[in-house]
Amino acid sequence: MLNDADRIFTNIYGWGDAGLKGAKARGDWDKTAKLLALGHDEIIERMKASGLRGRGGAGFPTGLKWSFMPKEVKDRPHYLVVNADESEPGTCKDRDIIRHEPHKLLEGCVIAGFAMRAHAAYIYIRGEFVNEARRLQAEINEAYDAGLLGKDAAKSGWAFDIYLHRGAGAYICGEETALLESLEGRKGQPRLKPPFPAGVGLYGCPTTVNNVESIAVAPTILRRGADWFAGLGKENNTGTKLFCISGHVNNPCNVEEEMGIPLRELLEKHAGGVRGGWDNLLAVIPGGSSTPLMPKDVCADITMDFDALRNAGTGLGTAGIIVMDKSTDVVKAISRLSYFYKHESCGQCTPCREGTGWMWRMMERLVRGEAESHEIDTLEQVTRQIEGHTICALGDAAAWPIQGLIKHFRPEIERRIAARHAVDAVNAAE
Amino acid sequence: MPLLDLAQRQHENWIPMKAIELIAAKLDMAEIRVLEVATFYTMFNLKPVGKYFLQACTTTPCWLRGSDEMMRAIKDRYQISSGQTSACGRFSLLEVECLGACVNAPILQVNDDFYEDLDYQSTGALLCSLETDAPLAVGSVLGRSGSEPTTGATTLAAGKPGKAATGATKKRSQANA
Repeated sequence: MLNDADRIFTNIYGWGDAGLKGAKARGDWDKTAKLLALGHDEIIERMKASGLRGRGGAGFPTGLKWSFMPKEVKDRPHYLVVNADESEPGTCKDRDIIRHEPHKLLEGCVIAGFAMRAHAAYIYIRGEFVNEARRLQAEINEAYDAGLLGKDAAKSGWAFDIYLHRGAGAYICGEETALLESLEGRKGQPRLKPPFPAGVGLYGCPTTVNNVESIAVAPTILRRGADWFAGLGKENNTGTKLFCISGHVNNPCNVEEEMGIPLRELLEKHAGGVRGGWDNLLAVIPGGSSTPLMPKDVCADITMDFDALRNAGTGLGTAGIIVMDKSTDVVKAISRLSYFYKHESCGQCTPCREGTGWMWRMMERLVRGEAESHEIDTLEQVTRQIEGHTICALGDAAAWPIQGLIKHFRPEIERRIAARHAVDAVNAAE
Repeated sequence: MPLLDLAQRQHENWIPMKAIELIAAKLDMAEIRVLEVATFYTMFNLKPVGKYFLQACTTTPCWLRGSDEMMRAIKDRYQISSGQTSACGRFSLLEVECLGACVNAPILQVNDDFYEDLDYQSTGALLCSLETDAPLAVGSVLGRSGSEPTTGATTLAAGKPGKAATGATKKRSQANA
């Protein structure tokens, strides 16, 4: 288990003062100017060396992403955009960073912004987080008053501003280009890529969009050294990560742990174990609703990192772990996710707009068993037609949970269909 | 979007067409452009809602932790389902998608505030407190300060306060008052 000394978010439960004074006592904003004195490229090199992979779900190396920004600022300014539109079912880590560790995020913005030669950062927070947005705005104001932001941010000579923008209830705005559209005041519908945001992003200017957690860990990584971060976790899956454990465990919680921790250890050590004991486990969704579920036999010795989970046919995603015990109607659980994606499809691409609704209606029939066995194959084929045929990944995200269900729980679906047919036959005979 | 939010806050939690016209004029935009944004985002109410707008999360993580019970408590009390307003006109219910606090599921968002870790009984108690316009403290009804395990945290022992801290959540509700 990770030592407390190696934890980055030491106030994640909000026991201490989340304000500037408390944050400084925890080491935030300590000689920030000295970190910036490393220079733009050196900061990016160190982030690359730390092996940090984006914490928003895709796991793209953060340092590499920063390096895609142009090396010189020409006629268009550079922007950093922070994605705080946390809406992936099962995920609630960014909310805790914002309300309990806001200064880690703000300092991270200054450092990341400086590294990519930006003078402004926009934080896009989901609309439902009203209190969290108020808290964050108050802390931004406090940082301005203390001279940590503004014309001479933290006495580094670098001018830096942070703007907070509230969303208004749209899951799709967590997709980076939809987020940019929304920031510009339009409907959040994803843009075609290329051009990528690093070339043409916010207001047509070079932009990098990062997750809250990726930005918030940056100051600590630079302070303690890339080697320290790279020494935690596993090769290619380094460092620590906030895991959100929800569903059928005795004590649902958020906890920061080392990457690559075995799932079972994580659940039993921190979340009080599966409700009714390990043998009562049915399945686990390991990385937010979009990742395919894993049945119990896979859960037994899987480790929680990007590569191990990908090899198991699923993904780490946002590390929002949803645990289901044997009392769960697993078909209904996935059907509820299908409804979520139907609700949140932005309506831009036909396969997703029509497909998510079709899949949900099909799933509802499967919940009741009102189908024929061959229709399971039809559903599987339709998911393949949606996956990869849309502008953004929402189509894929809607398809994967169903593919996971069919792969691992096909006998359960067939049992329901058979049971329903038996009832129908009896009714017909009467 | 900030203007739409402002209009909604100034007008009993919903946006009339008149406000959309005004915003369009102010921003020198076509009304349809403002309307399309207002209809795209789910948090903008284009019809009147009650004083207490109950937004119940029923997405899978909340559902696994018993959001059906929370919904049942609301339905039993006001005989309303999603999208309806109670007979007294003060409570509106909407089933919403993931509110992003899954570790503290199930969640009921009342206007701006999150109430967490609810079950049938505590939902009833919460509604009761709203009826008398003396809402309970915002946050977890189990007294969690954040997302630590209910039985006590397994990590960060050094920072642990003497007693279970609810200070942070209380402060938030005062900020709203």
